[in-house]
Amino acid sequence: MIRHAKLIAAKDLRIEVSAKVLTAQILPFGLLVLVLFGFGIPPDRRVLGTDDEASRSLLEQASPGLFWLAILFSALLAINRSFAIESVDGNLDALRLAGFDPAGVFLGKSLAVASELVVLEVIVGIGAFLLYGPPLGDPLLLGSTVLLTTGAMAFAGTLYGALGAGSRLRDTLVPLLVLPVLAPVLLAATRATESSLFEGSSSGWGWVGFLGAFCLLYLGAGILSFGSLLEET
Amino acid sequence: MLGVKWPISFIAVSDPVVRLRGVVSLIGRFPALAGTDLVVEQGEVVLLQGPNGAGKSTLLRLCAGMAPIHTGHGEAFGFDLTTRAGQREVRRRVGLLGHATSLYDDLTVEENVRFWSSAAAIGRGRDGTSSSGGASGSDAARADEAMTRLGVGERLRSVKVARLSAGQRRRAAIAVVVARRPLLWLLDEPHAGLDADGRDLIDELVRQAAEQGATAIVASHELDRVDALATRVLSVVGGQVSA
Repeated sequence: MIRHAKLIAAKDLRIEVSAKVLTAQILPFGLLVLVLFGFGIPPDRRVLGTDDEASRSLLEQASPGLFWLAILFSALLAINRSFAIESVDGNLDALRLAGFDPAGVFLGKSLAVASELVVLEVIVGIGAFLLYGPPLGDPLLLGSTVLLTTGAMAFAGTLYGALGAGSRLRDTLVPLLVLPVLAPVLLAATRATESSLFEGSSSGWGWVGFLGAFCLLYLGAGILSFGSLLEET
Repeated sequence: MLGVKWPISFIAVSDPVVRLRGVVSLIGRFPALAGTDLVVEQGEVVLLQGPNGAGKSTLLRLCAGMAPIHTGHGEAFGFDLTTRAGQREVRRRVGLLGHATSLYDDLTVEENVRFWSSAAAIGRGRDGTSSSGGASGSDAARADEAMTRLGVGERLRSVKVARLSAGQRRRAAIAVVVARRPLLWLLDEPHAGLDADGRDLIDELVRQAAEQGATAIVASHELDRVDALATRVLSVVGGQVSA
């Protein structure tokens, strides 16, 4: 399974490096979303609330949610792309014929999507800090949140991406399937990031625990069900 | 040039490679195969002929463990084609060249052939069943050898598949099949899109494979060409096979 996963992940990443879809399309899209959010929320608008909150701009206060929304929308493109390359010219059939362990295909594809998301998160994250100006906060909590949210998006996205892979309506079907599933991840990631940036780490770890459980759930579901999904698509 | 030894170590010589009895396979509600009977022995080169839509491609996919059997019984290499586990075992032993080339546009020819060669090697090796016999070298060497046999030169190897002509793409796809070193070659219109040299090369590959113990089922409209190769010619009409 691990050898299959490595082979699939290496192939997918090689294709992305060669096609430059991540750097030429997905990354600019993520940054564009970030900038457009900035246009939608005036930077001088202040938060109503405690003295501490009132000292922050609305944009700064909303920055965790805006960042994760930008990542989520970009992730949809990466997930769609991950299966678009298999849906042309009989490649999905060839994967089945090659005798791959389905769990290895799931892990490999998840790993490739996660690697792309990490690149996105670093660059879009720098953009968010520059544009919205939040404090750095608790790096350990922030790092854990980013790591587990990446895994959650990659595992669930890959599982539901496979569901839409064989459909001619894949481009519109995958977001419809993935967005509701990732809504709790968006909520948890936003809350944990808010906590790490503004409140210290007290309440954030609970959300990190939720993200970890979500990761494990979809990791297990993917390993167990990907074979059936590959056969049916 | 074509001096590769085909591995036949784990075929029971007395058993047919493919045996189908009363097989019905539906595509949607349409019976692509309607009560098909077929027995193919080891070393045979079977030519399937018939009009478009007769069920030739479905029959090849079924023999590869890639199409469902809705009623009837089918086995290949002794594995039950009606079960998912049996299909998986069969897939590891066949090379299927269909209408699609199954190549990644953004990878080079060499990267594609190496990827599928490595995939096949890992797939075969999962339970220790190695059809490569262990003496044929690494996956990379196997891929290099396949490309050489298909006349894919150094210059062409480093070209992205998206930039290939249809004929070059077809050659690369055949190289992928060759690199798998299948025990059962399932070729659907293998000459389509190839120049005269390429067509001759396909014939030679099939002949060599059969001489070395592999089996081939070829669906083709090029009857004169394949007729010379075939040990048996079968007609497929309306989803049924007849001699």
